[in-house]
Amino acid sequence: MRLPPTASRTDVKPLAALLLSLLAILAALALGAAFGETAIPIGTVARTAANHLFGAGLAVDPIDAGIVWDYRLARAVVAACCGAALALSGVVLQALLRNALADPYVLGISAGASTGAVAVAILGVGGGFVSLSAGAFVGAVTAFGCVLLLARAAGSGPTAAILAGIAGSQLFNALTAFIVTRSANAETARGIMFWLLGNLSGVRWADVTLAFPIALLGTLVCLWQIRALDAFTFGADAAASLGVAIRPVQAVLIGAATLMTAVMVSLVGSIGFVGLVIPHAARFLVGARHGRLVPASAVLGAVFLVACDIASRMVVPKQVVPIGIVTALIGAPAFAIILIRARRLS
Amino acid sequence: MSLAARGLGRDAGGRAILDGIDLALTLGERLGIVGPNGSGKSTLLRLLAGIDRPTRGAVTLDGTPLRALSRRAVARSLAFVEQQAETAERLTVRDAVELGRTPHLDALRPFGPADAAVVDDALARVDMAPLAGRLWHTLSGGERQRTHIARALAQEPAILLLDEPTNHLDIRHQIGLLALIRRLPVSAVMALHDLNHASLYCDRVLLLQAGRVVALGPPPEVLTPATIRAVFGVEVAAHVDPRDGVRSLLVKGHIPFEETTP
Repeated sequence: MRLPPTASRTDVKPLAALLLSLLAILAALALGAAFGETAIPIGTVARTAANHLFGAGLAVDPIDAGIVWDYRLARAVVAACCGAALALSGVVLQALLRNALADPYVLGISAGASTGAVAVAILGVGGGFVSLSAGAFVGAVTAFGCVLLLARAAGSGPTAAILAGIAGSQLFNALTAFIVTRSANAETARGIMFWLLGNLSGVRWADVTLAFPIALLGTLVCLWQIRALDAFTFGADAAASLGVAIRPVQAVLIGAATLMTAVMVSLVGSIGFVGLVIPHAARFLVGARHGRLVPASAVLGAVFLVACDIASRMVVPKQVVPIGIVTALIGAPAFAIILIRARRLS
Repeated sequence: MSLAARGLGRDAGGRAILDGIDLALTLGERLGIVGPNGSGKSTLLRLLAGIDRPTRGAVTLDGTPLRALSRRAVARSLAFVEQQAETAERLTVRDAVELGRTPHLDALRPFGPADAAVVDDALARVDMAPLAGRLWHTLSGGERQRTHIARALAQEPAILLLDEPTNHLDIRHQIGLLALIRRLPVSAVMALHDLNHASLYCDRVLLLQAGRVVALGPPPEVLTPATIRAVFGVEVAAHVDPRDGVRSLLVKGHIPFEETTP
């Protein structure tokens, strides 16, 4: 239901929305910990969490507790952070490029991040002093820079940016494959290719200490810039005449989007279409103004990716489908729908 | 609040597309910028708005160069209405006008009742209050332009800059919009194509040709048949209606293009 714009501002209480969001994320995490090859009751999940978080000392089967805490909860938390971060990257790119199809995957940022991460992991770029995520960030910035330059050279307009994104993705995916096939043995190559499709299998709590701060930082940057994001509605010139310092704001927001994407890619591989689908779903629910779109996209993205992770573990018995395949199966048709709708509007 | 330009110029592709512009806007006046296509009207407006940077000279606001002011500070005194700024977002008229409050808000000063009152007032001034809940893509060209002006007014500027505000509107909406701009409590600079509109709705007219000022002054002094022939290559006759004294220009024909194109 769409509320009339004047009413919705006062009707949807921010506190209620916040509580509902927290509840949704908690529920998703709990389900993420309960579902899997062996189903574990929600009660066991709750007791395990209470034991670890508050030292409650409740009786839980140690094997169940280990599965819930060490594997599934860590994995669900990283999935949630990753979903929120990718969704917000999409929000930022769509607003700044004024392109309904913009998303870190489509624009080659994820591909660049993969190349950067693989360069560090396999070629040993940085001599062990550069982390996987730093390499991914450099790769992501490089790829996005190339795509923007190409888009500008190819002329303005939404199609040019998307075509440039395709070219950039292909180039950086080829570079990644080249590095992998040249320098890695067959076993490592298979592992890396599986990781590139998006894979949460190896995720542990250590990854949470990177994923959570970056997702939080990115969310705070977006929340801090909601007015600037709104101001880009009628283009960069209009934003400038509304008092937005264009270059610094673009640098901060694109920087945040690229950093979020790069870190998530370095942790779980490139998961596509989250940044495309979630902002559109959030716009449908809460409207286009960023004051509500940013928090709604973060929450929706978090819940969506935890749900996709559950699905990736459940669809094929005794086997985990890479999560990138699940998101692509949902995202590619959504991309088609957005494409058709964008054509109708113009 | 006074806007002025001194020795203003901008180069593009190694060529001066605007040069030697001196200009001082007086309080409350309507200044029209006229000239043939490519004479630099839009370029001048974008420099005055601080969107583009001048290659030479400076634009000053109360004596301070725009370059020395923050974008926020500029946006509180100066509002710019572009030609045809569009969006594909599902925004209401009210949402679009609320964007005008951007330079007055920050993380610590959220949108409040005082801002809502300014937005209401801006909507009422352009007669868009009854359409405040309408979605952008359902609006006509004239309604969109009025919404943009309301958005500019919500910035509470002292000076309004408009780039061909009547473009793509039918004649009734053109006149309605110019009369509306005339009533607003601001100084205004607007690029116009129609010389009669400039005559009727501007206190002074700046005539540009190839990026340079040909004349600046009250419309009857600037828009003479001789000047118009020289700059636009069009023969006109000035006609003053004996009943109300309104001066209008009647087109008699144009000089063949091969005689004017270099």
